[in-house]
Amino acid sequence: MRPVKLACRGLWKLFGPEAPRWRGRAPDATALASGGLIVAVRDVGLEIRAGEIFVIMGLSGSGKSTLVRCLSRLVEPSAGAVLFEGRDILAMREAELIELRRHKFGMVFQNFALLPHRDVLGNVAFPLEIQGVPRERREARAREVIALVGLQGRERHYPRELSGGQQQRVGIARSLAVEPELWFLDEPFSALDPLIRRELQDEFLRLQSVLHKTIVFITHDFDEAIRLADRIAIMQDGAVIQVGTAEELVTAPATPYVAEFTRDVPRAKVLSARRVMRPAVASNGLAGEVPADARLASIAARVLASDRPLAVVEDGRVIGVLGRDEVVAALIGREPVDA
Amino acid sequence: MRELAPARPLGGPAVPLAPLLWAGAVLALVAPPLLLGDKHWAISWPKPWIVPLKAWITAFMTWLRDDLSFGLFTFQEATRFLSWLLGQPLALAGALLADGFTRGSGSDAVLLWPPLPWLAVAGLPVLAALWAGDRRLALLVAVCFAYLALFGQWASAMTTLASIAVAVPIGVAVGLLIGIAAFRRPWLERVLTPLLDLMQTVPIFAYLVPILWFFGFSPVAAMIGTIVFAMPAMIRNTLLALRRVPVETVEFGRMAGCTRRQLLWKVQVPSAAPGLMLGVNQVIMLSLNMVIIASMIGAGGLGFDVLRALRRLDLGAGLEAAVAITLLAIALDRLSQAVAARGPGERSGPGWLLIAAALVAAAWLVGPVAPAVQRWPDAWTLTTGTAVNEAMIWLNLHAFDTVEAAKGWLLVNVMVPLKRLLVGLPWLGVVAALALAGWRLGGWRLAATAAGLTLFIVVTGQWEYAMVTVYLCGLGVLLAGLFGMPVGIWASRSEPVHRVVQAVIDTLQTLPSFAYLIPAVMLFRVGDVAALMAIVAYAVVPVIRYTDHGIRHVEATVVEAARAMGCTRGQILRKVQLPLALPEILLGVNQTIMFALAMVVITALVGTRDLGQEVYIALSKADVGRGLVAGFCVACLAMIADRLIAAGSERLKARLGLA
Ligand SMILES: Nc1ncnc2c1ncn2[C@@H]1O[C@H](COP(=O)(O)OP(=O)(O)O)[C@@H](O)[C@H]1O
Ligand SMILES: [Mg+2]
Repeated sequence: MRPVKLACRGLWKLFGPEAPRWRGRAPDATALASGGLIVAVRDVGLEIRAGEIFVIMGLSGSGKSTLVRCLSRLVEPSAGAVLFEGRDILAMREAELIELRRHKFGMVFQNFALLPHRDVLGNVAFPLEIQGVPRERREARAREVIALVGLQGRERHYPRELSGGQQQRVGIARSLAVEPELWFLDEPFSALDPLIRRELQDEFLRLQSVLHKTIVFITHDFDEAIRLADRIAIMQDGAVIQVGTAEELVTAPATPYVAEFTRDVPRAKVLSARRVMRPAVASNGLAGEVPADARLASIAARVLASDRPLAVVEDGRVIGVLGRDEVVAALIGREPVDA
Repeated sequence: MRELAPARPLGGPAVPLAPLLWAGAVLALVAPPLLLGDKHWAISWPKPWIVPLKAWITAFMTWLRDDLSFGLFTFQEATRFLSWLLGQPLALAGALLADGFTRGSGSDAVLLWPPLPWLAVAGLPVLAALWAGDRRLALLVAVCFAYLALFGQWASAMTTLASIAVAVPIGVAVGLLIGIAAFRRPWLERVLTPLLDLMQTVPIFAYLVPILWFFGFSPVAAMIGTIVFAMPAMIRNTLLALRRVPVETVEFGRMAGCTRRQLLWKVQVPSAAPGLMLGVNQVIMLSLNMVIIASMIGAGGLGFDVLRALRRLDLGAGLEAAVAITLLAIALDRLSQAVAARGPGERSGPGWLLIAAALVAAAWLVGPVAPAVQRWPDAWTLTTGTAVNEAMIWLNLHAFDTVEAAKGWLLVNVMVPLKRLLVGLPWLGVVAALALAGWRLGGWRLAATAAGLTLFIVVTGQWEYAMVTVYLCGLGVLLAGLFGMPVGIWASRSEPVHRVVQAVIDTLQTLPSFAYLIPAVMLFRVGDVAALMAIVAYAVVPVIRYTDHGIRHVEATVVEAARAMGCTRGQILRKVQLPLALPEILLGVNQTIMFALAMVVITALVGTRDLGQEVYIALSKADVGRGLVAGFCVACLAMIADRLIAAGSERLKARLGLA
């Protein structure tokens, strides 16, 4: 398994007039009941592994933004620990934190947060300028990432001259200019039209397939989460109530809330061959092979078109078979009980 | 009155009690003088009881000026140094624009190099207008500067411009730094906010007295007064603009690894630029507003021309100089707005700078040999001054009787009786009545505030002057309301009227307040009536603006619902729009009172006998205690009116569910 890049334990963030009384310790039950506290983040523990896309998902006001800002210490948590590569960033001094942000962290914001007085090149080069990189070098690097997000030729445009999608491409380029290891994205596509959103999601996946960053991605859109996530954390009222792959959330919701959330999810996009197959080892008379982690949506047509079932293969071994009955049962929501 | 207190109902109107309460209050105000005679201590505050605040302030200021020492240097040395320091750029700007560079002084002065030729001075703003705006703006600026030249105002205008050109950058820079400091340190903001509020309510005249005291009568003192007056706008706008920078933008800066200083200068301040430019624009406008007043402590130029003309009742000359100030204000206002509206990166480049430099160089080189380039030839100037004065004479010959009759009627039947009534009111009754009003509108705290502020006026012995101020101001506000509200309503119901009214009040607002005195004195000559007319003309703008705006912004769905129910236009206005717009209209009334108070003080010049006159006298005698105490009393009046009306507006809003 890949190493843990970022972790947090017992993380709390309180707002409200009573909040300062609970610095460094978790509030007790009576304090929580008293009403003088707004709990934005409630006792959260997470482990995010190197190179994974970790999506934090929840309704508006559930504490996603506050949580991600606690992880980067933009917001000072009330209690708990945040470990980046094993070092507690809450214990760091200002100078260390600045170093970390300059070289290891990148962030993309919902409303782009571009600097209105700088052109595209100036915006993208800004994080390097802050570090004191000489003009030649930082502009060369900025041009590289601008090309990477497909905005070459627009270096001299100002933010107000760009469309929303283009602005967010600048935001993405800017956060990548310093080659961060940990990439935070707070609802980066929520302010965009559906078509543009789709386009940028594809773009994002393409970038990640080249860059292999560790990513914390926030969204309130479950479809987006399914498309992008390796793992998803669901938040409700400041607490993380379940962490798992999309498939796990759909097939084994931890609470009725999660079940409600995932009810309208297109199952074909979530369920894998492994999940819906009939376990078997024999491979006689099968029509072909499908990989065990293939989504149903991508193989259903083949299965339904074939008279005989297909073999489900993992690491070169057949671990089960998949026929019309299994696929139809899964698609109408009657997949076999958890094995 | 006290016994009735517990009967205050929660929420809804106190139907049976309220009239009783108010009847009691009126009785308490009017009855005692009749019963007790006007010498009783509860009617007029006995002289021996007056707190000698004036003397204390004067003694304190004298100590500051003459005795205070910080060890290495004295307070007086510090003010002298500051005055010298600020004098340097002022001298440079003066030489550049007005006087030329000279060696020696007085009558022995030798001109080394002439000032910037008029062609360059007028050409630069026109170029700037082309650069930042369009041809129309350039034309406007050109016309404004052409007026200055054509009407012989050039020399004075350059003196004024030199002072503005130094005062504005200093005011902007210092205001920006103070604003930033307050933005970063909440405690500083908490200290600063009430101070700024107070500065806004103390009449400008009153500022001048201590400045005169410390810096003497000089152009530098006048410039300091201008800066002190204009800078608060920059502080406020800086705070506001920095606060409006989106949270995400600041978070981005922090995530990029900015240090605190980098965050401020590379992220927050540039992102706040549009709001900051608004502040710059306001500083320019306020500085120009101050031009005439500043001439009372030593500024020359256009302001002094107006003041001198007013004192000599040479109204033609005064009018020309006042128009010059207004046009200068309009040109600089539109120009700075155009600069502010330019997005970053729009049409920049060295081309424009090069043209400007070429213009200056060419004009300066050609100037000494071509007098028409250097100085606008006198032969080309004209004046309407004599025409205006002749018109005055004509007016006096033909309309004198009518105007005089109307004026006499107004004085005898309205103004004098009202003045008598107000001056005769018992102070104790007024304090009680205002406390009652405060309590009804906002609770105990407001009651205490209103009573405390009123008591300040009483115990410092300013009662009579304050009551004269209230009489002029109150009558002015009443007339402004009677005239302004119908105009505002009319403007809200007709688009063409709205546009015309908007243009007129925008122009009125650029006029320096002194300018209002000129036509008033032309028609009514010096005295309370002229003062009243000037107050009405000056204070009518906010009533119109807020009434129009308030009615226009009543929620459209409510109006539609009323129309769907079959209301006529008149019914919609009376039963829906006016009641819902009332809180906003009240705010307009509040503004009107503030405008009226500002004007009342200035009308001291035409001989009213109120708090303004006290300040004016203090200014001519450099009596710092007298000036400040009268100034504080005006501030007290302003704050009483402001707090009570604001509370009333809030209550109304809450009742209408608009809050
Ligand atoms: N600065 C703050 N002061 C007070 N309450 C806050 C603050 N920031 C966030 N909150 C509260 O914390 C909760 C979580 O907010 P947020 O993290 O923005 O949610 P999300 O990003 O999921 O929409 C909300 O109830 C919000 O009102
Ligand atoms: Mg959010």
